Order: sequence, then C-alpha cells, then structure tokens
Amino acid sequence: MDEAIGVTTQSDSENTCPNAFIEVANVAKTFGKVRALAGVNLEVEPGIVFALLGPNGSGKTTLVKVLTTLLRPDTGTAKVGGFDVIGQAREVRNVIGLAGQYPAVDENLTGRENLEMIGRLYHLGRGRARDRAAELLDSFDLSDAANRRARTYSGGMRRRLDLAAALVASPPILFLDEPTTGLDPRSRLNLWEIIKDQAKQCNSVFLTTQYLEEADRLADYIAIIDNGAIIQKGTSQELKDCCGGETHVKMRLADRTQMQKAFEALGAIAPENMYQNPEMGEISFPAPDGTAVLSAVVRSLDAVGVELAELSLKEPTLDDVFLAITGHVAEEGPDTKTDMKSGSG
Amino acid sequence: MLKSLLETISDIGVMSQRDIRRYFRLPQLLITNVILNVVLLLLFNYVFGGAIQTGGVDYIQYFLPGFLVQSVVFGSTQTSVGISEDLSKGLIDRFRSLPMARAAFLSGRVVADTLRYLILVILMIAVGYAAGFRFQGGFFPAFAGVWLIILFGIALTWVGVFIGISVKDVETAQVAGFVWVFPLVFASSLYVPIETMPSWLQAFANINPVTPMVDTIRALSWGTSISSSLWKILVWDLGIILVCLPLALRRYRLLAQ
Repeated sequence: MDEAIGVTTQSDSENTCPNAFIEVANVAKTFGKVRALAGVNLEVEPGIVFALLGPNGSGKTTLVKVLTTLLRPDTGTAKVGGFDVIGQAREVRNVIGLAGQYPAVDENLTGRENLEMIGRLYHLGRGRARDRAAELLDSFDLSDAANRRARTYSGGMRRRLDLAAALVASPPILFLDEPTTGLDPRSRLNLWEIIKDQAKQCNSVFLTTQYLEEADRLADYIAIIDNGAIIQKGTSQELKDCCGGETHVKMRLADRTQMQKAFEALGAIAPENMYQNPEMGEISFPAPDGTAVLSAVVRSLDAVGVELAELSLKEPTLDDVFLAITGHVAEEGPDTKTDMKSGSG
Repeated sequence: MLKSLLETISDIGVMSQRDIRRYFRLPQLLITNVILNVVLLLLFNYVFGGAIQTGGVDYIQYFLPGFLVQSVVFGSTQTSVGISEDLSKGLIDRFRSLPMARAAFLSGRVVADTLRYLILVILMIAVGYAAGFRFQGGFFPAFAGVWLIILFGIALTWVGVFIGISVKDVETAQVAGFVWVFPLVFASSLYVPIETMPSWLQAFANINPVTPMVDTIRALSWGTSISSSLWKILVWDLGIILVCLPLALRRYRLLAQ
C-alpha cells in the first residue's frame, strides 16, 4: 500500500509497447446546441498512464465515448491502437477495455457469470473465458462473492467487478472514465494500485478525472480539457513549471511579536513581494531557487535571534495550474479537496 | 466469413443466455406472469364463460386459443421494458464497446423471449386442459398452432424491441407497450365474436392481425378448415418483421449519434 502514495513513472516502457496509442485530430461533437467537443487534438504514447483532467461538463466523457466507438464524432478523425474509430470500430473494440463512469455490470448475474459473459463476447472461447473470470475474481478480491448476484454487491465491489470486466481480454488500451468518483479513500488507493499495475504490464491507460490529485499521482502525461478543448498538456511537472506559479517558502514564528524583526532580517534575501500575516505570525515569499533558500532563512533569522515554529517549501499544485489556465477551479463537491499536500512530491 | 457467422451465432447465444437467466432470477418476470395468466384464464372462463354467446361452442373451447395468443401479445411488452432497462442503466455502453456482432444485443433478447413464449404457451395449454379445453383437430394441427403463435410472438417482439430502444426509459416503455397492445387484443375476435361489435370497430377488428391469428388457432384446435386466415397471419408476421427489424437495428446504430 505504501507504494500507492509515491509518484512513480513508467516512461521506461515506451519503446516496448508498439501498437497501443491514441491519435485524435480535430474531433468535434455537438449535441443539439451544446458543443461537447470543440476540435480536440491529442496524441498519447503507448504504455503510459494518461490523464484527461477537467471539470464536470468539460467534454471528458464525450471524448472517451468517441475513442471507444460509442459515439461518432461530427468532424475529425480518431485512431486507437492504429485503427480508425469509425471505419474500423470492430478492430478498435478488440484492443480496448472500457470502464465507464457508472459500473456497468448485470445485476441479475453473479460476478463470475458477468465476467464469463464478457469473455465470451470477446470470443475467448468457453474454457478461456471461465479461466480468465476465475483469475480476475481472485486478483480483484471477489472470489468469495463470485457466485453471488452482483445485485448484492457493495459499491466498491461493483466498481471492482466493472474494472475486472474491462480487463477480461487483457486489452492493450484501457479506458477508465472517472474511475474513482464516489469511492471511499481506501478503495481509491486500491484502484490506483491496479491502474499502476496496468501500466507496468505495458498497457496504456487512458483515464479521465476531475481530481487533480489523482492525475498528479497516477499520470505520466496529463492533458487539461475545458469547454470541449484541450487547453494544456504535459507531464505533471511540466504543467506546474509552466503555469503553476512559483514555489513559495512559508514560515511561522514561534513568537509573533518578533514579526517586525524577522521581516527586516529577511529583507536581504527575500524579494519585495513578501507576504505576512501578523496575527498568525506567518511570512511567505516566492522562492524560485527551491531548497537553497531554506538555509538562508534559518541563518538570517538565527543571526537576529528569531525562533521558527515552522518552515516549509510549498510547491505549486495542479490546482494552481488549473486555476491559472482556466480561471476557475476544477473540482466540485465537498470530498474533493483531499490532502493535496502529499501529492506534490 | 464462416468464422464471423459462427461468432455472430455465439454472440446471440451468449446474450440470450443472459436474458433467460434474468427471467428465471427475477420471479416477477416469469412466475408472476404465469400466475397472472392462469388467474385471468380461470376468471374469464368461469365469470364470463356463461354470459358470452359463442354459437354453441364451449366458452373455454372458444376462448383458450385467443388466450394463448393474448399471453404472447402481452408478453411482448416486457421486451420493451427489458431493452429500455439496459439502455437506461448504461450496461449498453459496455456491450457496444465489445467486439461482438452488432445485432446480438437485440437478437439475443428476441431468442430469449421466444423461449419465454414457448414456456408460457405450453403452460397455458396445460391449464386449459385442466379446465376442459381439448385440441379436437389432433396433434399436428395443435403442434403447428403452437409454432404459429410463437412466430407471431417473435414478430411482435421486434415491435417491442423497436419501442424499447426508441423510448430508452423504463416507465415510458411500460406505458407505450400497453397503448398499442390493448386495442389489438380487445378489438379483435379474441374475446367476443366480431359480429357483436359496432360496424366501425368491426372494420378495425377485421384488419387487426390478432383476428386472423386467433381464427387460425381456433380452426386448428377445433379441426375445422382454416380458410384465408393462415395466409393473412403469415403475411402479417413477415410484414411486421420486415418493417420493425431494420428499424430497430437502425435505432441501435443511431445510439452513436
């Protein structure tokens, strides 16, 4: 479980995964008067976890539906695994697995029957479908519930069964539309593990999310979508570097009556736009050089006898990136602001 | 070519297996359907049986052939409900993202429903026998009659499929089903002789496919001549399938719009 927390990159697998990639050119889709996609251009390399990050209604699900052959774009072309999503829909379906926004499992069938059915519809054959179902039930911790109807499953179990269904044919390209929406934190961590595992097995994962933290932790490459268009793309670090604003150093004094003294002492090393909060005894200022500034702060305050209660560097988060690019915040709902602090390593 | 044909058959088989399991696991679908039909049959027979003049024939003898047809007609409204349920639950997106035959989702349902009709019709015949009904024309006409009813059911199921995929939500599918089914059942020779109706209704009853269907089954079960009603109903079956099947498949394709 520890490994789920750290950020790992699987970019070393790029060369060994030939066919699993996605090319999108000028894809537009309108529903009545609503312009869901306004000319999307995108390329995703094979063997990585790619995150499409955007708020509700930004066009994420529509793009996933176009790429999984469920929706025909009005204009533009899209290729998945080298196949055209319109002209070669059947071939595309052979190389993808899809877990949509809501678990799509047949409630009247047992977990095992659900997976066997999917396996047979991928034409694995009866025997292999059975074996594969057993294997997935086992690895998704559903063996005990395998012969119970999906109707009786909890939300987390359904989500796992749904994901297992998407993996039945071991597809080289996995689409996950908001896979962790509505999951409790523990299930979310579990799911992150599974997604990372997929990338290690050389499969591409295309996931959408409105959680900045999720994109930050999982994705090798991120594209930000807003109002139906991709407005920025890059690695998490690139995005923070380009548009996230600067790293700040932040400190809290042990004794807030020493505020003025500290302020004067820092004048030598800090730029003019120092920020202070006298009531809390807090001072912060931009520190583009990163950690180097920490020792300078300690030395200059030490010299004048000011004691520190807290000293930290605050790196820009994807939150800042999103806000900077779009002018509004990405997330909604109360449970979305889960500890961004730990996500910036 | 052969491979894709075999795959298509296998896909339809897998999809129908799913629907058949559903019928056996949701008791309200098969069991209550059966119970409702049995209760209706006995009620009609013993409550109205004495009141309706059927020209000297025992009412059960007059009524059961129609009742068999009715059970299939009403049964086809469940097709719409099942299809719209899958559409509203998003399960359809999973199926459509799989490399299975395009027609398998809809055809699988029709295959499963055919089996459901067969079970229902055989059960109704058994109950009818207990209430005094007899196939007076012998085994082969009876056998042919059962399959003609099933064929009619298949045709109507394609109507149900088309409605289910068009309305996309369960409640509407339920209502929509009854809107077209009730006039068909009641404005026909199913319950009462057509001659007892006002003339404008007679006109409708005469072109209503349920009338030749019921007349054919009556003739087969009584062992009388089947006249032109057999050809009429076969033309109806074919016509309904030729219109509704392509419409339903087209609707299925249009889900991508």
